[in-house]
Amino acid sequence: MKISMTVNGKAVSGDVEGRTLLSGFLRDHLSLTGTHVGCDTAQCGACVVHVNGEAVKSCNMLAAEADGADVGTIEGQATADGSLNVIQQAFQDHHGLQCGFCTPGMVMSAAALLKENPRPSEAEIRKYLEGNLCRCTGYHNIVKAIMAASGQDVGSIAAE
Amino acid sequence: MYSFEFEKPSTIADAVAALATEEAQALGGGQTLIPTLKQRLAAPSKLVSMSGIPEMHGVCVEDDGSVSIGGATSHATVAREAAGSYSALAALAGQIGDPAVRNRGTIGGSVANNDPAACYPAGVLGSGATVVTNTRQIAADDFFQGMFATSLDEGEIITSIRFPVPQAASYQKFLQPASRFALVGVYLARFAGGVRVAVTGASEDGVFRWSEAEQALNKEFRSDALTGLRVNPANMIADLHGSKEYRAHLVSVMTKRAIEACI
Repeated sequence: MKISMTVNGKAVSGDVEGRTLLSGFLRDHLSLTGTHVGCDTAQCGACVVHVNGEAVKSCNMLAAEADGADVGTIEGQATADGSLNVIQQAFQDHHGLQCGFCTPGMVMSAAALLKENPRPSEAEIRKYLEGNLCRCTGYHNIVKAIMAASGQDVGSIAAE
Repeated sequence: MYSFEFEKPSTIADAVAALATEEAQALGGGQTLIPTLKQRLAAPSKLVSMSGIPEMHGVCVEDDGSVSIGGATSHATVAREAAGSYSALAALAGQIGDPAVRNRGTIGGSVANNDPAACYPAGVLGSGATVVTNTRQIAADDFFQGMFATSLDEGEIITSIRFPVPQAASYQKFLQPASRFALVGVYLARFAGGVRVAVTGASEDGVFRWSEAEQALNKEFRSDALTGLRVNPANMIADLHGSKEYRAHLVSVMTKRAIEACI
């Protein structure tokens, strides 16, 4: 079936099967491979994208369900001149990644959190990231990065 | 996943017509169904999405004070929009899964699936809610028929669920942190006409009412009223996360916490 949507501000369309997942459409049809498929069982959160502004696990949503939607992926996070946005820069500054596989999902979840709650507490950040797993266990620096991206002091988080 | 057709009707009548196809299945948010399809545990010929039917979305307060929630309403929407009208239920919705799952998963999907460890069945049964479908209204006490079983007919759609609002209510979830389902969850609601206690996550028969606790609480509404009462461990679920006895014990502990939260 034919579907069309807006991805990172650009109109796109494609011909998909009923069973095509949104993650598959983004990666295989649009070559936007920044959205990672980690577990493919909706547990790890590496595939988190925004659909109409809300964080969703794109491996657990049919592409056809996103027909007509406004989709945002990690490729759309950088600013117009290609430089890193505030969240991405904070992940770099605070070493909020080790192997980096979970990072696209972490950044997309962080963006959704900060939109809803611009100055979250450390506990709120940890709670919001319940659906994003980092198998390097790099959580402390991820939390620091999100604290920093929200303009808060990172000196006092629990891990230190 | 096996191949299937996909349809996204915009009215309940069109959805009912689409579901008349043999082996067609309704799709809520897909947070359970899609993983099930990936494991090839189901092979529907067609999925009929409920997401494009405007009248099945949203939370509203009826003239009689009850709270009506459209079957295709996401957990995140219930957590946000029912906070003022039925805060205990909103709090339950806000504890399901994780934020991304709550943005997709729906109340109708969860209740129709009746997972024995899901949160919503406890909220629906504990509140004595009414499940409204395209053909009839079903009392919660008649709706849940055991693990993954409900009284829904083939092709029947949960269009909304209507909750009477109790004087006080609390959902106490003992989280199984890997699955984010309830290891044991207790929903307690205190109405003028009596107390209801519904338990999820614990029984081999799925969600159930703990009637002995209800009777004791109707006499005396305090946590001491449960002293000496215990659910029979024989029917409890045993798995690597907890034995039958452990779950039976947790039912008492979580019920006491719910009572204390209501006082």
